[in-house]
Amino acid sequence: MELALLIDFGSTYTKVTAVDVEAAEIIATARGITTVDTNIVDGLEQALGQMKTHFPLGLPEFQHRLACSSAAGGLRMVAIGLVQELTVEAARQAALGAGARVLGVYAHQLSKAEVAEIDATCPDIILLAGGTDGGNRDVILHNARMLAGAKCGETVIVAGNKSAAEEVRDILVQAGKDVRVTENVLPELNKLNVDPARQTIRETFLEKIVEAKGLSKAESYIQGVLMPTPMAVLNAARLLAQGTDEEKGWGDLMLVDIGGATTDVHSIGDGFPTKSGVTFKGLPEPYAKRTVEGDLGMRVSALSLLESVGAHKLAALTGLSQQDVTDYCHYVHDNVEALPTGEDQWKIETAMARMATELAVERHVGSLENIWTPMGAAYVQHGKDLTQVPYIIGTGGVIVNHPRPGDILAGALFKPEQPTVLRPQRPKMMLDKEYILAAVGLLAEVRPTAALRLVKKYLVEINEE
Amino acid sequence: MVEEKKQLTLVLGVIGADVHAVGNRILEYAFTEAGFKVVNIGVMASQEEFINAAVETNADAILVSSLYGHGEIDCRGLREKAIEAGIGDIKMYVGGNLVVGKQDWDDVKQRFLKMGFDRAYPPGTMPQEAIDDILEDFGLKQKC
Repeated sequence: MELALLIDFGSTYTKVTAVDVEAAEIIATARGITTVDTNIVDGLEQALGQMKTHFPLGLPEFQHRLACSSAAGGLRMVAIGLVQELTVEAARQAALGAGARVLGVYAHQLSKAEVAEIDATCPDIILLAGGTDGGNRDVILHNARMLAGAKCGETVIVAGNKSAAEEVRDILVQAGKDVRVTENVLPELNKLNVDPARQTIRETFLEKIVEAKGLSKAESYIQGVLMPTPMAVLNAARLLAQGTDEEKGWGDLMLVDIGGATTDVHSIGDGFPTKSGVTFKGLPEPYAKRTVEGDLGMRVSALSLLESVGAHKLAALTGLSQQDVTDYCHYVHDNVEALPTGEDQWKIETAMARMATELAVERHVGSLENIWTPMGAAYVQHGKDLTQVPYIIGTGGVIVNHPRPGDILAGALFKPEQPTVLRPQRPKMMLDKEYILAAVGLLAEVRPTAALRLVKKYLVEINEE
Repeated sequence: MVEEKKQLTLVLGVIGADVHAVGNRILEYAFTEAGFKVVNIGVMASQEEFINAAVETNADAILVSSLYGHGEIDCRGLREKAIEAGIGDIKMYVGGNLVVGKQDWDDVKQRFLKMGFDRAYPPGTMPQEAIDDILEDFGLKQKC
């Protein structure tokens, strides 16, 4: 029997999933408390101890032992480019797609104050872009010289104008930085090229970040921490959409992951205009796109969610008073381990999750702009048109443990009163009931078809009235 | 062909709410054939898109076309924005059906030059004329 042990080092829990690869079935799952400060192996051992109850004869031999991690702050990055809407956005997309938490984005020439700001946040990796190939060189060179003086951020990935890349490397290497040069994230104005940068970020994560976060302590048991958890989830979504050579995927899809600190939205698909007569504008969108909303979360970010959504809206959704919803948001913010009890708390929890979904999806999808021209109305599309996406998948604690997950996920759907926001119109709603996505993203590295069958088997359709 | 020493980069687009895509394609073809590196930002391009594209690609010139008669409104302020963005010296060319109705061309031309354009072209100009001018403005000779 071919067995795989898939481990997710989260910031709170270490989750392990044992999978029978040939049958594409989960054999057992367990979790332990993550202990980054003392020894990350403790949490893993706790989880494995729990898992032993499923194996009376002792733990079997696992042929694959793979892990992803978002522990110790995950992968923290800063993205730097030239023009906000162009190379800055391309660099941001590359960092997000690699599963990073983006602490800040910077455009044009860095100032001393901005370098101080970068120093203060102390990112794991700085992604330095700017200029198309053959385009502007001055700004990326200036920024390299500024970064050379920065105390933090010793790892710099250069993904800018190739005509300046060598010089940029020399400046930074002389300053004692560890520099990787990769392909430009925006080689031409209309050509987004984020995959080489993503790959370099991931390699750097494997080599250095795993070490820095103490995760290598666990490496004697596992075969290595392969990637940040959000990248594993994005991998799973991409696999499910595209399929493998042996088995077909589901096609385009969207995934909403509501967490305590952030709400992530992933979409797989080109997002080209679906209606005729619509002109696409702006930077091309990545096929596998991830956005992270740091102000929308159920616990750590409960207060910023309250601020972004507004107490009146939550009150209207729940039928409770504004004071009640405000109090509850403060309560869960201060008690991040708290679970809702009683009908009122569930109502507020549902409303928070629904609004987080609504806003996060609104920010993720593209929009139509109606422009009146002398020839009549014309439409310009910015971002992805996801109206025809056939599947939407929900994951994250609040949605998985909810008695009516459809109530939350419905927040992602197209709204007739917002016809210019290109949300999915009639998708099938699916639930990641078994928290399988990160594990699938890991297994996809070694057994893609088995991973695909696994995810297809364990996502359940939400059927509610 | 342009001398191989330096290939000029041109940002090309149709400004404002103008959707004339065919002319834009023809211009892209003609300028590319003439040996320029053409960064085509397409139709319905805003002033900011022209500027951003020029900054990012370190372009030598901006080529604005407009066919629907509202070019005068759409182009106003482009030079000032280029100055703000630190590329105030960039060469700017404009051509097409730039104004409403039949107006005296010399008058129209003066208006656009005053706006900060280096050259303005009336309707019906062949691409070759602009190509020759650009080469001349940059002190380049055409080989063939």
